[in-house]
Amino acid sequence: MSAVSALARALPIPAGAGMARTLVERNARAFRHGWVTLVSGFFEPVLYLFSLGVGLGALIGDIDAGDGRMIDYAAFVAPAMMAAAAMNGAVFDSTFNLFFKLKYARLYDSVLATPLGPRDVAVGEITWALLRGLLYSTAFLAVAAAAGVVGSWWALLALPAASLIGLAFAAVGMTVTTYMRSWQDFDYVQLALLPMFLFSATFYPLSTYDESIRWVVQITPLYHGVATIRDLMLGDVGWGILGHVLYLTVMGLVGLVLAARRIERLLLR
Amino acid sequence: MISAHQLTKRFGDFTAVDAIDVEVRRGEAFGFLGPNGAGKSSTMRMIGCVSPPSGGALRILGMDPATDGPAIRGRLGVVPQRDSLDEELTVRENILVYGRYFGMPRRVVNEKADELLEFAQLTERANSVVEPLSGGMKRRLTIARSLVNDPELLLLDEPTTGLDPQARHVLWDRLFRLKRSGVTLVLTTHYMDEAEQLCDRLVVMDGGRIVAEGSPRELIALHSTREVLELRFPADDHAPYAAKLTDLAQRVEVLPDRLLLYTEDGDATAAAVHDRGLAPLSVLARRSTLEDVFLHLTGRTLVD
Repeated sequence: MSAVSALARALPIPAGAGMARTLVERNARAFRHGWVTLVSGFFEPVLYLFSLGVGLGALIGDIDAGDGRMIDYAAFVAPAMMAAAAMNGAVFDSTFNLFFKLKYARLYDSVLATPLGPRDVAVGEITWALLRGLLYSTAFLAVAAAAGVVGSWWALLALPAASLIGLAFAAVGMTVTTYMRSWQDFDYVQLALLPMFLFSATFYPLSTYDESIRWVVQITPLYHGVATIRDLMLGDVGWGILGHVLYLTVMGLVGLVLAARRIERLLLR
Repeated sequence: MISAHQLTKRFGDFTAVDAIDVEVRRGEAFGFLGPNGAGKSSTMRMIGCVSPPSGGALRILGMDPATDGPAIRGRLGVVPQRDSLDEELTVRENILVYGRYFGMPRRVVNEKADELLEFAQLTERANSVVEPLSGGMKRRLTIARSLVNDPELLLLDEPTTGLDPQARHVLWDRLFRLKRSGVTLVLTTHYMDEAEQLCDRLVVMDGGRIVAEGSPRELIALHSTREVLELRFPADDHAPYAAKLTDLAQRVEVLPDRLLLYTEDGDATAAAVHDRGLAPLSVLARRSTLEDVFLHLTGRTLVD
């Protein structure tokens, strides 16, 4: 939290009062009235893990993890489900939920009448998305460990990695949301998410693709998210992971700056 | 408290606020009176530091909104035109959470919430969600919420628009109490009775400009007569009747459905109308109001 706001202060983005935490507090209170969503966020990756990883995995058997090492299919798919869930949760929070608050509840009109500024709004909402995401990924990791598909203590670092994926997608999602005019526009979000979910080396290794088209997969953010968490959960950590982390970090920071600017343009006219 | 010089707001080619000068002093109730689209809300948003001026100088509580926005907003209370209550929270939580936005400690906002719920007569609804509240209750809650930080300056944009007469009177009573306790009130309205009731001083705005300034009484004395005689004739066009009556009043206004005769003595003028053999459908003699001032200054009515 304070790390996010310290970062935000260091960047050339709109004013805030360093009070984003009060918006997080507001969201936590509102959330207590609608806790059902908490359960759905947890079940999504777990259901995938058992249907695809364990169920379908029984038919598939072991799979090449990329370097010739053969692993259980469930162990291959589990990290991808964790990464995809981090993406989906962050996008849901920063698009649907944010759009509602922006256009219908007009929440920020009253928030910006207080000392809070657009930066506080951006940082507060993204922090909230990350906290929720952290709850889900912790629960998922516990289930995955219990199912025996976690191969290393490095896997603990998959938690901050999932938060990083959340940051990247929430920040960009928030920016995109500020351009949306109606609920129909959200079909474009689905249009971007679904192919990423299916093709980012989530269900099979990158080596399945012909070399000539691998770069297409490699420029998408979810690919880097999946790769990071897979390396960590399989205990397969090399220098390459830094590239993935850098990609997601840059995406998150650029998104944060743009999101705060857009909120300012939209609300402080 | 507020000092604006040549304050201007443009949206693209459209000039919403056109170089206005305004001074608001501590402890007074100051009004912006004008029809919809006169530039009142744009002015209020600039004063509330949520809309940067396009030109001119603006100082609020001695500070510059461009650089001290958060510090100024920390000492303001804002009641927006549309209630922007947090519908995902309860009545009490609305006040608690709002107080937290001002950086107030939890213990303090807890005490404050009880006090403000009492003030807004909402204590019994404290744990209800916001949605089922009546319009008057929501408005009172919005005002209660805006007071959580003990503002020195309270900005109210159309505070009673859309409320029934009873709810308006309850609200006016709350605003009087605030004024007595020393809070400076700045409000916009297109209801002349509201402006007359609440404002010590006001400006009349039209088309982004200030067309008159003073106390309600001064404005009426300066821009209207003591009384007004309203006449309704059985005709679609009242202009021919006006021609026959111009010499009976200082000024005659022709409205689509009636004539207004500006005169010092309404009853005497009514008698004179009858003496000419004219038989209006209805005759009403009344005191001049700010509505008449506005009509005189702009040639239009306030509420269309």
